[in-house]
Amino acid sequence: MLKNRIIPCLDVDGGRVVKGVNFVDLIDAGDPVEQAQVYDAEGADEICFLDITASSENRSIIFDIVGQTAEKCFMPLTVGGGVREIEDVRKLLLAGADKVSINTAAVHDSELVSKAAKKFGSQCIVIAIDAKAVSDKKFEVFTHGGREPTGIDAIEWAMRVADCGAGEILLTSMDRDGTKQGFDIPLTRAVADAVTIPVIASGGVGNLDHMVQGITEGHASAVLAASIFHFGTYTIGETKAHMARAGIPIRLGDQPALGEVSRIRHHV
Amino acid sequence: MNIVIIDYGSGNLRSVAKSFERAARAIDCDSKVLVTSDADAVADADRIILPGVGAFADCLDGLKSVTGMEEALQESVIDKGRPFLGICVGMQLMATLGREHMDTMGLNWLSAEVVPIKSKDINIKVPHMGWNNLVISKPAHPILSNLPPDAHGYFVHSYAMRCHAPEDVIAEVDYSGRITAAVGRDNMVGTQFHPEKSQATGLKLIQNFIMWSP
Repeated sequence: MLKNRIIPCLDVDGGRVVKGVNFVDLIDAGDPVEQAQVYDAEGADEICFLDITASSENRSIIFDIVGQTAEKCFMPLTVGGGVREIEDVRKLLLAGADKVSINTAAVHDSELVSKAAKKFGSQCIVIAIDAKAVSDKKFEVFTHGGREPTGIDAIEWAMRVADCGAGEILLTSMDRDGTKQGFDIPLTRAVADAVTIPVIASGGVGNLDHMVQGITEGHASAVLAASIFHFGTYTIGETKAHMARAGIPIRLGDQPALGEVSRIRHHV
Repeated sequence: MNIVIIDYGSGNLRSVAKSFERAARAIDCDSKVLVTSDADAVADADRIILPGVGAFADCLDGLKSVTGMEEALQESVIDKGRPFLGICVGMQLMATLGREHMDTMGLNWLSAEVVPIKSKDINIKVPHMGWNNLVISKPAHPILSNLPPDAHGYFVHSYAMRCHAPEDVIAEVDYSGRITAAVGRDNMVGTQFHPEKSQATGLKLIQNFIMWSP
C-alpha cells in the first residue's frame, strides 16, 4: 500500500539553510547539501528545498546545491522558490530536481501550470499555495512569501490548478507557519478533500502529534516540516516511529545505506 | 562494462547516471556510464537503460526522433540480447500500446497496454505518488533478489502497465487494486518506480541489474 510521506523542508537563502518565524527573522541552520544527506540517511521520504534568496545575483547558487544533492542523495527532491517561467522549471529539472514547485508565478499566469505540466509532465509540477484564513472556513491565497493578498479563494484555486495538470499541491498555512501550533486542519482538509491530486500539508508543526493530525484529520498525503528537524527536536526516525504507532502507513523497514553518509551526522 | 543511458530529451538523466556510478562502485564493477543520444553507443552497449518521464506519446516521439535509435535498440536488445532496463515511462514504452491521451503504438516488446489509473475514491489520489511496498513474484527475478526487507519503490505516475501475460509481471504494488511495479522477460526488465530515487532498495536493484547475466 502507498505510504504517507514525511518531507523535511530546507529553506535556502544564499546557499545556507535558514528558517524563519512567519517568514522573517531568519536563523542559520547549516549547509543544505549536508543537511539533505542527513535526512537521506535517516530515511526521509522526500526532500524539499525552498529557495528564498531575494537577490537575483545569488539565484544561481540553488542550481549548484540541487546538483550536488542529486549526486549524493538517491531520493526524490522537490525544489521551489523564484520559479517564474518554463525555463526556470527546465533548469531546475536539469540540475537534478525531480519536482518543481511554482507559487506566485502560477497565480499571475495560470497558463504557466498547464504549459509546464504539458511540457514536463504533471508528475513534476507541484503548485505551492500559501493561504490565510480570512473568515470562518474561508481561506485566501497569498503570494510573495505571504505578503500579497490575491483575493483568490484557496480551495477554488487548488481545484483550478489540479484541472490545469498540477501533479501535487504544497499547501502552507501562513497563519501557522513558524508558530509550532500545528497545521491549519480545516484548511488542509478542505483542500485535500476538494482535489484528486496529493496534498502536502505545511506550516506550523511543533510536535509529532501535529504530523499525525495532518494525515488523520487534515487528510493530507504527506506532511512537511522544517524547524523540528533542523534544530534536532525530532529525527526523521522518531517521527516515522511515532506516526506508525498512531496507525499511519509509513515506510519503515528499508533503511537507506551504502555508506558515505553516516559520518556526516557527527558534524551537523 | 559499457553502461549506456539513452538521452532522448526526456527528463533529468543525471540522477540515473549518478545512481549507476554509485551502484557500480559499491560492487567494484569496472564500468563506464554514458548518457548519450548516439545510436552507435547503444548498439555497442553492455547494459542499456531507457528512462522516461512525461507522456507516453511524447516519449515515443522523442525516441523516434533520434536518428537510428529504434534500430539500435532493436539490434542491441532483441537481436544481441543485451540486458535492458526501462524506467517509468521507459518501461511503459516496452508495451504494445499506450492509451495516454490517444492510442500510440509502443515498442511492442511485451504484450501489454498502458492505461489510466482510475480513482473511484477521493482518498485514492492520482498520480500514484510516493513509496509503495513491492510485492515480488516468486521466485524473485534476479534484479529483485536480496532487496532490503519490506522493500519500497518510489512511484510517480498516472498511467499503469497492464500485461497480457501474467508471467511478465515480476512485482506489483497495491493501490486500490494491483498495479504493475516491475516487468521482466528474457533479457528485458522494467520498473514503474524509480530505482535511482528509491534509496537503498533502488541501489540494490541497480547493482543486481549490472551483475545480471540473463
